[in-house]
Amino acid sequence: MDLKTKALTKSIWVFHISAGSCNNCDIEILDCLTPRFDLERFGIQLVGSVRHADALLITGAMNRKSVPRLKKLYEQAPKPCFVIAVGQCALSMHMFRDSYNTVGPLDKILPVDLYIPGCPPKPEAIIDGLVKLVAAVRGK
Amino acid sequence: MLKLLFAYFIFPGLIFSATVGLLAGWLERKISARLQWRLGPPWYQNFVDIVKLLGKETILPEASSKVFVLAPLLSVLSLSLVATILGVNLFGLSQGFSGDLIVLVYLLTIPALAAIIGASSSRNPLASVGASREIKLLLAYELPFILAIVAVVIRSGGVIHLSQIISYQKFNHSHIFSASGISLSGLLALVVGLLVGMAKLGMGPFDVSEAEQEIMGGVMVEYSGLPLALFKLSKAMLMYIVPVFLISLFLAKDTTVVFLLGKLLFILIVFILVKNTNPRLRIDQIIRFFWGPVTLLAVLAVGLAILGW
Repeated sequence: MDLKTKALTKSIWVFHISAGSCNNCDIEILDCLTPRFDLERFGIQLVGSVRHADALLITGAMNRKSVPRLKKLYEQAPKPCFVIAVGQCALSMHMFRDSYNTVGPLDKILPVDLYIPGCPPKPEAIIDGLVKLVAAVRGK
Repeated sequence: MLKLLFAYFIFPGLIFSATVGLLAGWLERKISARLQWRLGPPWYQNFVDIVKLLGKETILPEASSKVFVLAPLLSVLSLSLVATILGVNLFGLSQGFSGDLIVLVYLLTIPALAAIIGASSSRNPLASVGASREIKLLLAYELPFILAIVAVVIRSGGVIHLSQIISYQKFNHSHIFSASGISLSGLLALVVGLLVGMAKLGMGPFDVSEAEQEIMGGVMVEYSGLPLALFKLSKAMLMYIVPVFLISLFLAKDTTVVFLLGKLLFILIVFILVKNTNPRLRIDQIIRFFWGPVTLLAVLAVGLAILGW
């Protein structure tokens, strides 16, 4: 494992994209930064600009309006950049699978590195997923 | 020549000030976390951030010019010059040169100018909002800053030579004290200096130009990879330089390592506590604050210094 990968896994800056979610997953993501869970102790921060991002955290069922913007944001992020799908909607479209407006699950649109299921996933589940992502990247 | 290069790049210039500054940046994050009842990042977190940014892809906006990459470099290089001049005077390595105080005042504005130039050359609307706020911030705090320095210059007998100001304080007393107790003019000038220092660091209630929640990082919005790492590094160096500059102006009675470290920690902790207990001000509130009460305090300090208080 080289220094670059090690530094990357120790300081993941996250850009949060809500691609049409019901806001429940977003609230759980913000919960991860509260005193009880405190993701900053792993060096994980939410950043305001996609140019600073190391991971795109995507919630919600993709719809026809959000997919072009999502692709644009992925192209704007500096690589290497992880894509994390949070919540059942991003994984499998959940109860919106027969809707006229949804396009498809996230991994049909972008290469997804980490799936976190749940409706919404608990903060514990999100942290567990991130630990698995770090382990997988370091194992590579 | 070799000695000069060593002073500029290693001690007390680039590498030394960057290391201390990154540790000071960690202190800021850790104390903020503890105040919010969190655990906070480990001590090496800011070093890891810099190394990670060096390994990332650097994206240049299509319409940007060379200035986009040169601006962060300018910021880091000018700050290492400031750190060198301050360091050699404070650690007694050399006598400096006459008028270096004025050079320092000019060099300390260059990081803000570099941020303005770089942000403007990226042609991002959010970056230009950040740049315009940075310009207003610069205009707001320079006047009281220079007045506070003038008060110090008057108190030390009209010298504009940093090593003479320091040696004046060593032989007599720090500028916040007088022969009989606390000096009013020195104390007022120190308060002004602390407020201006916070604005120079872009922290606390004065972080309008990089407001992440409203303008997504402001002046930094288009930066990624190496240039962003340089800007983070210059910010970290400023975390060391601003307190040390205030120490050498106001608190330079005892400059052994232990006392210097204690004073540095004291000033940093004051900054961090003020930052964590005050919400962000609007830019018009900041200008009103600096041109109103703070400038009044600074003028008062100069007047009292002339009267010899």
